[in-house]
Amino acid sequence: MEVLRSQKRTVSNEVVSIPLYLTAPSMEVRLEEFELFAIDRLRVLQGVSDGLARGKNPKEMDDLVDRLWKEHMRHSDVLEMMNKDIISHFVLRLVYCRSDELKKWFLSNETALFRHRFRIKSFEVQRTIAAEFGLSNKVATGAEVESLKEKLGQVIRSMGEKSPNVETIYFKVPFEEVPDLVSGRRVFIQKGYAFVAGSQASLGFHFISKHNFSSVNSSVSLKWTTTIREREKDRLTPIVEALSTSYLGPDYSQSSEYADISLKDIDQVSKSSFPLCMRHLFEKLREDHHLKHGGRMQLGLFLKGVGLKLDDALAFWRAEFTKKVGGERFDKEYAYAIRHNYGKEGKRTDYTPYACQKIISSAPGVGDHHGCPYRHFRICYPSSNTANLIFLLDKQQLLATANILSIRYSFSL
Amino acid sequence: MLAGKHFPYTDIHKWLSYGNDGKHPGCDEFYFGRREFSFTLENDAYLRYRSFKNASAMENDIKEKSPYKIDIGAVYSVDPDKRHAYAQSGTNVFAPVERELVFDIDISDYDDVRYCCSGADVCSKCWPLMTVAIKVIDTSLREDFGFKHILWVFSGRRGVHCWVCDAKARSLTNEQRSAVAEYFRVYKGNENNARKVALMGFSLHPFLARSYVDFLKDFFEGELQATQSIFSSKEKYEKILDMISDEDIQSELREKWENSAKPSLSEEATSLKRWEQLKNTLQSKKQKAPALRMCVEEIVFTFTYPRIDLEVSKQMNHLLKAPFCVHPKTGRVCVPIDPNNCDEFDPLAVPTLSQLIEEINSGGVRMEVDDGDDLDKTLLGKSIKFFRSSFLEPLLKSCKEDIESSYKTKIEKSKDSFSW
Ligand SMILES: [Zn+2]
Repeated sequence: MEVLRSQKRTVSNEVVSIPLYLTAPSMEVRLEEFELFAIDRLRVLQGVSDGLARGKNPKEMDDLVDRLWKEHMRHSDVLEMMNKDIISHFVLRLVYCRSDELKKWFLSNETALFRHRFRIKSFEVQRTIAAEFGLSNKVATGAEVESLKEKLGQVIRSMGEKSPNVETIYFKVPFEEVPDLVSGRRVFIQKGYAFVAGSQASLGFHFISKHNFSSVNSSVSLKWTTTIREREKDRLTPIVEALSTSYLGPDYSQSSEYADISLKDIDQVSKSSFPLCMRHLFEKLREDHHLKHGGRMQLGLFLKGVGLKLDDALAFWRAEFTKKVGGERFDKEYAYAIRHNYGKEGKRTDYTPYACQKIISSAPGVGDHHGCPYRHFRICYPSSNTANLIFLLDKQQLLATANILSIRYSFSL
Repeated sequence: MLAGKHFPYTDIHKWLSYGNDGKHPGCDEFYFGRREFSFTLENDAYLRYRSFKNASAMENDIKEKSPYKIDIGAVYSVDPDKRHAYAQSGTNVFAPVERELVFDIDISDYDDVRYCCSGADVCSKCWPLMTVAIKVIDTSLREDFGFKHILWVFSGRRGVHCWVCDAKARSLTNEQRSAVAEYFRVYKGNENNARKVALMGFSLHPFLARSYVDFLKDFFEGELQATQSIFSSKEKYEKILDMISDEDIQSELREKWENSAKPSLSEEATSLKRWEQLKNTLQSKKQKAPALRMCVEEIVFTFTYPRIDLEVSKQMNHLLKAPFCVHPKTGRVCVPIDPNNCDEFDPLAVPTLSQLIEEINSGGVRMEVDDGDDLDKTLLGKSIKFFRSSFLEPLLKSCKEDIESSYKTKIEKSKDSFSW
């Protein structure tokens, strides 16, 4: 069993391998560890998710993952750390297998976490991990990598990294095994073989998503709903259900230590403190006196989140929309939705702002201004909007001045 | 209809059998019979899913139906001709299982970068665009993907077809075919700027870099300038200025060019001079505007990079015209092109059907192309000889080796199981 396997290791933290998470540990776990371990891992995953949403480059992500791991997961005893790693992974699997959206979030951030933990390991450790995945015979020899160094570097630069470090480990696989990397020209191909960088995650991705995650996951999920949930009604169930809805940042819904945003300084604050996507929406609204539905939702809930009161929100939207559609039509067609967002209509749900994950995965169409600038401006409209993004960033002075508000708009699950 | 007479039935049958000729105990004798052919008849009737047991069945059917176009499709799980019978029995699903990886490039997709012809017309000035496309793709298929058995064919009028016949290529899934096709894509964007090349990043991918250095750059500055003089008039150079995403540079160059009509210079020389000016200007501004980093390369790629109809390559069951057909409009035979000597290929010198008829009538040359020694005497002889020696023979040799080795493995395995 996997947990036992690690007992032999007495080496320092830095050399520790990454477990394969192939089988759930059959070991006794203390209830408080069950929860604490999971929360620590969740903090790491949220940090990863946040870093990705902020468009950090691979090198910065390496550093971030290293820091997050040391902060939340490190333990002086190697065995303890390995166990914590494995237990927390499986607890979160249990927690996040309960809906497709949660599953997707967990999967993508676990994959990223794996990728960057892998990247910062030494060649020897990477080799060991590859061997554990049964991929030893696919590791390109050091001499081969050395002789292709220039080409491999070219590939990395072609993907937008300015001064790449060619990674230590490359897998040499038949090109047809990595169609997604071939189609994006994200690998160097020679005589039928693709050279896949260790971090290009066929490895990490393979292991979590393809091989076992989805299958184990569905059985875990089934087991949870059919048996454990009832049996553990008083013990585990509350923890699991709380974990999947938990929000680890500061709780803003109650917060009063920051002044709420008011109408008179909203323009000023938008310039100095809004995240890029919100600032873009805000400016488009001021410019066009209109936003399509996706934009109204994204910006509206954000404004609510940073403390704009309902009355002020109505006044704010009305002032703009009146210029375009007239006051009467605004009252008839748009005001309801704003009150709805504030929980004053319909189901009376108190809606929270969209998380970056949701914004990133939205699909803005023609005439839409919502979505994530780091993602949508670049990918959907390659020629014109890269310039647009650069322009926006320039104006924003690159988030360096980001102060309280944009920090406040951190993650909710 | 004479098309039926010169079609090299035996060679086509040998090719599409891939060594499964019934002689080796390890071969699949029904392999050829599961291949789809489709005919277009003179009345435009379209017959799909025809399949043949052997070369003579194919010959008889073609001679009887006299199709003016013959397409080759995929190899299916069951004999396409009998697919309905199988469907009723419900035992076998009718689905494509093997197919050459194919590419289709048409000169009519280059209308915005050639000024001599348009549409389906082609002349010696614009054909080199096809030649450079062959070089770029052929090199990548061999060097990058490691394929060896590649057949290039003149499509009879306005372009070329490519058949990649290695066993690995034939068994690619649709997803893998798409991946290869997308590897070749450099055009971004929507319908409106479907020809716009957007090169991102800080470097070209090694494949693009090699294509640029080995083929495209020289072709752009040499042959293309000589034949198309792409900067010689305002109408022409405005298109190129459009590709520079910096208005200051645009107007700086425009100003230079508008007032520089020197009648002493030839069109080509004017064009070349302006290209040098553009390169120098961009070079000096590169540092300031990162968007201009790849601008020179983008222009070269836009004008010269192969414009493949990628959809054709992505699906196993896409049909493609058989080699050695006669193009119904031009009358020209779809002859193979030697990628190593593709510069010498002249589409206007390809034999036509009427020349073949004349040849038969006048000299009484026998069109039995299988009649080995007479080959060189016919107009098609050179093409058929090339098809056999450079493509078919090496292909069949490696097919037989594959069949032999997989047969051996099978025998070994069954021996093992006996000893249990
Ligand atoms: Zn022409």
